[in-house]
Amino acid sequence: MTRTLADDSQGLARPNPPPGPLLEVRDLSVEYLLERAVIGAVDHVSLDVAAGEFLAIVGESGCGKSTLLFAVAQLLFPPAAITGGTVTFRGRNLVGLTEGEMSAVRWKDMSVVMQSAMNALNPVLTVGAQFRDVMRAHGAVGKQEIAQRSEEVMRMVGIDPVHLKSYPHQLSGGMRQRAMIAMAMLFTPELVIMDEPTSALDVVAQRSLMAQIKDLQQRFGFAVIFVTHDMSLVSHFSDRLMVMYAGQVSEVGPTRRLFDAPKHPYTAGLMDAFPSIRGPRVPLAGIPGSPPDLARPPEGCRFAARCPKVMERCKASDPPAYQVEGVDVRCFLYEAGGPR
Amino acid sequence: MTGVAAEPGRLPQAEPGGEPLLRAEGVSRHFKIGNSASRKTLHAVDDATFSVYERQIVAVAGESGSGKSTVARVLAKIYKPTSGEVYFQGKPISGIRSRRDRLRYSGDVPMVFQDPFSSINPVFRVSHGVLRALKLHRPELSKEQRYAEAVRVFDAVGLNPGAEVLQRYPHELSGGQRQRVGFAQALSMRPKLILADEPVSMLDVSIRIGLLNVMAKLRDDEGVSIMYITHDLASARYVTDRLIIMYAGHIVETGPAEDVLSRPRHPYTELLLAAAPDPRAPLNVSSEADIGEPPRVIDPAPGCRFRWRCPLAIDECHKVTPPLRELLPGHSAACHVAQPNSPTGAFQ
Repeated sequence: MTRTLADDSQGLARPNPPPGPLLEVRDLSVEYLLERAVIGAVDHVSLDVAAGEFLAIVGESGCGKSTLLFAVAQLLFPPAAITGGTVTFRGRNLVGLTEGEMSAVRWKDMSVVMQSAMNALNPVLTVGAQFRDVMRAHGAVGKQEIAQRSEEVMRMVGIDPVHLKSYPHQLSGGMRQRAMIAMAMLFTPELVIMDEPTSALDVVAQRSLMAQIKDLQQRFGFAVIFVTHDMSLVSHFSDRLMVMYAGQVSEVGPTRRLFDAPKHPYTAGLMDAFPSIRGPRVPLAGIPGSPPDLARPPEGCRFAARCPKVMERCKASDPPAYQVEGVDVRCFLYEAGGPR
Repeated sequence: MTGVAAEPGRLPQAEPGGEPLLRAEGVSRHFKIGNSASRKTLHAVDDATFSVYERQIVAVAGESGSGKSTVARVLAKIYKPTSGEVYFQGKPISGIRSRRDRLRYSGDVPMVFQDPFSSINPVFRVSHGVLRALKLHRPELSKEQRYAEAVRVFDAVGLNPGAEVLQRYPHELSGGQRQRVGFAQALSMRPKLILADEPVSMLDVSIRIGLLNVMAKLRDDEGVSIMYITHDLASARYVTDRLIIMYAGHIVETGPAEDVLSRPRHPYTELLLAAAPDPRAPLNVSSEADIGEPPRVIDPAPGCRFRWRCPLAIDECHKVTPPLRELLPGHSAACHVAQPNSPTGAFQ
């Protein structure tokens, strides 16, 4: 039994998404205020997520992708702090809300699935008890209602509801990750934020979980922000792809367009860093060098030191984002609308 | 003089001729688990037979729990095999007992570890590890020669200029550079076979390729063989000559890397290939019933260990453990159903 999802993201979009962005991030900056240095982990990032949209954020470790997610969910703790910008979710700026105000939003309208379900689930409580905690803390009090909804979400992610009585260590890695996703679904939120939820899984389990996430998203129409370091993983699942480098957005646009014709030299380099499992075997080079130290970001474009197409001016000034063919790309090559 | 054939004594055509550098014959490694009330045995590796020839990169690929790291540890003499024997240059490694022989073997067959952040001592300059390895394993060298050799191996793995990088502390190096230090340390001992256990899985994608290229360079320029333990088939394909696919402690398929991936014969290999994300290919989602959980192999009954997930399983699969059968030249699969001329099509 094989199911083939359409190659094009068009066919996967939710029918009639309501207009206007669900989430609007503007000029968001996050800094880690350390004793000896200030590290600008996220630097003036803007992004929109429409209702029902699947946005993937990719980048290498230290590029700020996870910090950005935590800032959107207002989960940062010192020494990290939002030092500028706004996060508008359903028309309301979340930056500066108190914990109490945020908890009305969290889980109900927006939920977060963390990277490691092993650490995110409480090892001494059964899965069902943790579901109950979440539902009690956010309003649902009826025992019957809680039990019913818990069983429902477990079935939704393909786990037998008997496992509500299981402890996390009794579940396999894939099942724990599914249980986390089930928990995020308890209140049918409008936005689910996922931080590398599949990175601890094997390739077959990974693929099956991605298909499950996409399937749930189509059925319930929530939006997803999905952070990963593995571009090829999201290639068939996300509507839009955002590539981050050293705390900034290098390129953002429709996923297929980025894969078919990457514009930013960094995106192109990332694509060429993956050996393929089919087709001719070609020598690859990866991207030489390593990302800059964000405590002392370089003058000009942050990718300049590793860029194969670097120009004199790249070292002097920071390029703005240019709009080319529906893609926002932060590179001087596109200043006049196309590569020169 | 045998390859990975089903019948012992037969040399598959696609193997290079001559004596293998290392040969594992029927190697099993079991672990006792549970308490005295319920004693159980976990079969991490069962009946693994394979060869590694000179100047060859062999990948052992499989999911977590498939036994691939256990294989590497048996070869490194960290674990003793429960049964079976490993022959290195024709001699059984169980016969290596004295300190001198052990030292020589660990110099001939060094290991490179997965985590470059915890495998180098953070309080010493990176020269410490490589100079110490040289002192231990190559006592004939003078102090100046040791230093010159350290510079040479650092340059060989792409840490240029070697003389300068040697003076740095681990925290001054990136993950990719640290992993190169691991390979330089291994190379300094003039090894015959490097055991590399997931050497790139903790590195960023833009850096991984560089390390894979280092591995290819060590094979081509230094004549070293490498056993590359990985879960990533695409990287295995990029760099390796032969591929061994493991599932739940069994070798299920083995052969020339390109041949195994372009003409898989075992249903599990087909499943792995179907699941590998490939942005260049259209999406195929395999059966939703398969949520990709390999079994823990505790006190197993005979039979194919993939049978619970295999849509093609027949009665025989539940009764008889399939042996590796050579289906194509040098290319074997352990499956009752597999045919030489066509894929099983189990997951298409």
